[in-house]
Amino acid sequence: MNPTAAQRFLENAALKSADLVHREIIRRGMDSYDAAHLQGRARIKDWEAARARCQEIKREAIDHLDRYLLQFEEQVVARGGQVYWAANAQEASSYVTDLALRLGVRTVVKSKSMVTEEIHLSRALENEGITVWETDLGEFIVQLRNEGPYHIVTPAMHLNRGQIANLFREKLEPGITSDDPADLMAVARRKLREAFFTAEMAISGANFLVADAGVVAISTNEGNGRLCTSVPRIHVVVTGIEKVIPRLEDLAVLWPVLATSGTGQGITTYSTMIAGPRLPGEIDGAEQFYVVLVDNGRSQLLADAEQREVLHCIRCGACLNICPVFRHVGGHTYGTTYPGPIGSVLTPHLNGIREFKHLSFASSLCGACSSVCPVKIDLHHHLLQNRRNATEAGATAWSERLTFRMWRLAMVRPWLYVLGGWWMRRALRMLYRLGLAGTVLDPMRAWNRHRGPVPLPAESFRARWRKDHAAK
Amino acid sequence: MRGKVSLFVPCFVDQLLPEVAVDTVQVLRRVGYAVEFPENQTCCGQPALNTGYWGEARPCAEHFVRVFKNAEVVVCPSGSCVSVIRLFYPELLAHTSWRADAISLAGRTFEFSEFLVKIESVTQVGASFPHTVAYHASCHALRELQLGSEPLQLLHAVAGLKLIPLVRSEECCGFGGTFAAKFAAISGAMGNSKADSVVASGAEFVTAVDPSCLMHLQGILDKRQATARTISLASILASQSLAGGPAPVPAREKP
Repeated sequence: MNPTAAQRFLENAALKSADLVHREIIRRGMDSYDAAHLQGRARIKDWEAARARCQEIKREAIDHLDRYLLQFEEQVVARGGQVYWAANAQEASSYVTDLALRLGVRTVVKSKSMVTEEIHLSRALENEGITVWETDLGEFIVQLRNEGPYHIVTPAMHLNRGQIANLFREKLEPGITSDDPADLMAVARRKLREAFFTAEMAISGANFLVADAGVVAISTNEGNGRLCTSVPRIHVVVTGIEKVIPRLEDLAVLWPVLATSGTGQGITTYSTMIAGPRLPGEIDGAEQFYVVLVDNGRSQLLADAEQREVLHCIRCGACLNICPVFRHVGGHTYGTTYPGPIGSVLTPHLNGIREFKHLSFASSLCGACSSVCPVKIDLHHHLLQNRRNATEAGATAWSERLTFRMWRLAMVRPWLYVLGGWWMRRALRMLYRLGLAGTVLDPMRAWNRHRGPVPLPAESFRARWRKDHAAK
Repeated sequence: MRGKVSLFVPCFVDQLLPEVAVDTVQVLRRVGYAVEFPENQTCCGQPALNTGYWGEARPCAEHFVRVFKNAEVVVCPSGSCVSVIRLFYPELLAHTSWRADAISLAGRTFEFSEFLVKIESVTQVGASFPHTVAYHASCHALRELQLGSEPLQLLHAVAGLKLIPLVRSEECCGFGGTFAAKFAAISGAMGNSKADSVVASGAEFVTAVDPSCLMHLQGILDKRQATARTISLASILASQSLAGGPAPVPAREKP
């Protein structure tokens, strides 16, 4: 039998969290992110006000998603673009694949997009014999390794330059001797320039869809996004329906807040706005322009009043960066498109609570994620709500259900609580005296595997209190 | 006499770390409070709540409200338990007859350092602890109760105490309740990262306002046979040891 997602997670989490080389690479990356993020925040006069404004904008957009999406579509169509509404991953990926086949596309260049990961688009295209090039450097690196992105903003965060030099030597140019980042970048650039000028179709994501202007807004740092959207004759934007925002002017706060939260930049190096295909008299841009709006479970989340705000996410990655669980288990361990706190909240909604509930339990509920979220999503409370939903759906182990039922009996009967506590301490003392700590008989064996045993005093506080007060 | 406080002792403190509660009582009395301990109390319900068993947490929360509803002020030496009472009881008991009592109680229940500094403006409790101490900012106190400087103000006023900076002091120690057992490897790795910071700081002690963090961290330090030890904020504030005296070892009986 294949291991379940939960078993794979537990196994990989144990391996990765013991991997000190991995921990060091991530720690170093996160330390420099932390410093840049703090500096970036200090540049914004009132960070809390900016967060509150972004939260308001996203709430307005999500609460009136139907209206803003239709407005966006109308604008795009009026300028000669086409909009396709995909109910699920299958529909989205078939639409793009069929389009590519119909238009005789042999080569596709991709700008970074998490939604295309979510719908497994590259695999679908490759199955039809179409060559797909990831053009974001990090995505390009993980593509060469046949991996998914490790992180939603920095896909190759888990690799150091030595590992990347080896990879390029093996897959691209055997003669590489340097592991200098500039030299490695030049190798990738030579390869990707070729791709940009061969490809008939470009596929990009979107950071925001602006309803009133019918504009797709894309933030990038490497220039690959602009080459994608301006060189090939066909441009397909694949994005989630939750990316829509009401007004062009909203970008004035969303763009800097996204950049600050994502990388600590004031604004990303390239902030691109595309409003449709090339019009007569224009010198660049794609001749054909398509937008694929992907639902894939999002409207179900929209119907959930308690957790609707999860759709406010702008995919900045700040919650991954600050998450102590992410820092220890790494992005791939999650086994999902979206790792980290936002992934642990979202995945049970998109892919099923039974299979992915473990992610909502794999958190100390420290709340660091909620404290940095630029649109103020109460992430750790949503993790808790997912736990409640999993338990109420009967998806947890019978032994655990029984334990909590017994626990409940004792918690409303002080005499039983006192007796139970006394017996538990006594039994554990006896067990440990017999040298049975950590064996199958030890109910604390999971604890004791990584820690020394808990203290087991002969007397509880209340016993001491009663004694002291009886004496007086 | 300053007034009367009702003490809520979290279940794990009652059962496993009784000296934390003893020291809390001692400090409160020293600064002039009459302390009462309602003996019918059990638990705030957090173990069930955080594991998703809200149906089990609810009667436990109702029991808590029943026991404490007539208290003037409830003081508890754990930020995490207070955050459950303050932030979650109103939601958990929303559709029960206990809702109004729960909301009112949420406004009268305080973490120990929060009560002293924020509510009563007491920072000097006459403690003396001539040792180097690092401070770990427990998550729920920091982020749910917004307690940043309050514990530090108390520590600064302790005679002889030297506060040592701890790197990444606001990163979680990895305890997380049932998380510590369900995902023991992740929790252990997070605990070891925290222990790395403690050891690197060179401090003799690490303290926090949540004894649960410290129990977990002490287990990690024991396993690595580190010399640094954990000590609760209440135990530091209760201490009146003289300069040059031996370091107090928290009462941990041998099993």
